[in-house]
Amino acid sequence: MINVYVPKDTASISMGANEVADAIAALAEDINIIRNGTWGMTYLEPLVEVETANGRIAYGPVRPEDVAGLFEAGFLRGADHDLRHGLTSEIEYLKNQERLTFARCGLIDPLSIDDYIKNDGFSGLSKALKLSGQEIIDDVTTSGLRGRGGAAFPTGIKWNTVLATKADQKYICCNADEGDSGTFSDRILMESDPFCLIEGMIIAGIAVEATKGYIYLRSEYPLCKSVLNNAIIIARQEKYLGDDICGSGKSFDIEVRIGAGSYVCGEETAMLESLEGKRGMVRAKPPLPAHVGLFGKPTVINNVLSLASIPIIMSKGGEFYKDFGIGRSRGTIAFQLTGNIKCGGLVEKAFGITLGELINGFGGGTYSDKAIKAVQVGGPLGAYIAEDNFNLPLDYEAFSEAGAVLGHGGIVVFDETANMKDQAIFAFEFCAIESCGKCTPCRIGSTRGVELIKAGNLELTKELCELMDTSSLCAMGGMTPIPVKSAMKNWPQDFKDV
Amino acid sequence: MIDLDKVNEVIGRYKKVEGGLLECLHAVQHAFGYIPKETLDLMADCFNISRAEVHGVISYYHDFKTSPQGRTVVRICQAEACQAMGSRALTDYVKDMLGLEMGASDENYSLEAVYCFGNCALSPNLEINGNLHARASKDNFEKLLKMGASL
Repeated sequence: MINVYVPKDTASISMGANEVADAIAALAEDINIIRNGTWGMTYLEPLVEVETANGRIAYGPVRPEDVAGLFEAGFLRGADHDLRHGLTSEIEYLKNQERLTFARCGLIDPLSIDDYIKNDGFSGLSKALKLSGQEIIDDVTTSGLRGRGGAAFPTGIKWNTVLATKADQKYICCNADEGDSGTFSDRILMESDPFCLIEGMIIAGIAVEATKGYIYLRSEYPLCKSVLNNAIIIARQEKYLGDDICGSGKSFDIEVRIGAGSYVCGEETAMLESLEGKRGMVRAKPPLPAHVGLFGKPTVINNVLSLASIPIIMSKGGEFYKDFGIGRSRGTIAFQLTGNIKCGGLVEKAFGITLGELINGFGGGTYSDKAIKAVQVGGPLGAYIAEDNFNLPLDYEAFSEAGAVLGHGGIVVFDETANMKDQAIFAFEFCAIESCGKCTPCRIGSTRGVELIKAGNLELTKELCELMDTSSLCAMGGMTPIPVKSAMKNWPQDFKDV
Repeated sequence: MIDLDKVNEVIGRYKKVEGGLLECLHAVQHAFGYIPKETLDLMADCFNISRAEVHGVISYYHDFKTSPQGRTVVRICQAEACQAMGSRALTDYVKDMLGLEMGASDENYSLEAVYCFGNCALSPNLEINGNLHARASKDNFEKLLKMGASL
């Protein structure tokens, strides 16, 4: 039986992967179709692979109407075809990455726990089960891991705080409310390697003595919901979740909760309110969620990728992870190349690569073949960066110095047809739509901002930005000025003649 | 008329779920297509909160609808990555074609804004009755709509 891999993640399905799988199944009986996750080379989706004696040969992007031609060409033997890219592992886009967190994505059937275990799965957990909570946290601290959701807070410090806080119940909350435009790395991880997230959460639970975990998943990701729920059921059957994990006497279980289309619920305290079944209103800090979190109990809140980086840190050691990256940004980060880009997808690289290398190297320039005008890095609250800053190394400190943010690693490319005044107005509009309404600078400032830019009053817009920056309760109002100010500064010509 | 037995059955499943109001609202909306006003008191009772609190949660979240939606629900991403690939012009075209503003419904269609489907490497994206379509365009929208409406 020949193994044929057809991906089953949201991106490939949106490009017809299910129809491609059906078409392949209709033309061959003696093959085994495996629905794997995605490698993250989104521009090649659906990326069909055939397993040969030499390895997996990639064909893509495959449309249902291409399937007959592939059979004629003999793709089941790995034969030549216009869509053939050779060995998947040798495709430059993938080969030039450093896949640590995403090592299994694309490689395995996401819901095969055997595949997961065969590829290093649960080796981090078995090591963690032999350590004390403090020893686990010390290793995480050594790795230099910082929160991948965007705020980049050191994960080890957060865990230490929760471990040191005594309580009858503690929680691990995974923030899977990946709302930033230009990001999908959490989605890819959850759809392609759900056990990795589950393993990371179990280790976190053991480390800080929490027995219950929640994954707060955005409603826009229905496929993630079903993959995660199925993976949780399998993990329970195999004794990785529930009471007495792997015979260790320790307990941990996970529940998936679905958001309801609110961007600000990605802010950690708003997320807690939402998890409690309330309006997603931001809480004032302190108290920190590590002291008073979900249902008033000490809570670790980590992004999907922070938690999914834990298994490899545990299995290979904090020192191994720390060897990647530069300065105070250690390890790897998943960049997502999006918007007007030729080769969009997920690129996991050590910190320190430049924006230009990513966009022109991996990305291959714009999809429209027009000149690049602006690049927004770090989601809707991130700066618009012009081409003269493309040599900026991608690390937290370098970006912070340049008045920008790395955020969750989303990179949205705009070509020369973009109007930056429209983008600045949109930044305020988005804030007005998504503001939770608790603090005035965000609730009212966003609406006034739209009016001011439309009226051409840039001086007052700058003052408003200053006020929102310094007096908003959370990043929603506090960082909305970042895209606005960067657009005004870098493209003043777009704001003239109003 | 709303089938109150059905409402009670759906809501009852969440009585013991800690902080379960959002999950319950999703289930009610799944069962009825929207959140009928007759269900508010029952949910308030179930979670031991006031009717006003239930209303507050419903009105806070974009996902929850308080009136029946069109037979075909079209959702278009309005966020930056799709803007960079022409979603503004696509949105204008869809609005014209359906004769609806964003957020509006008639018997046949509902048109909604979404801020990101997480498929930003294949923009612009739109969803028809829950099926996501990447690289949407004026040229293929009509075909997608026919396909989506017939499912």
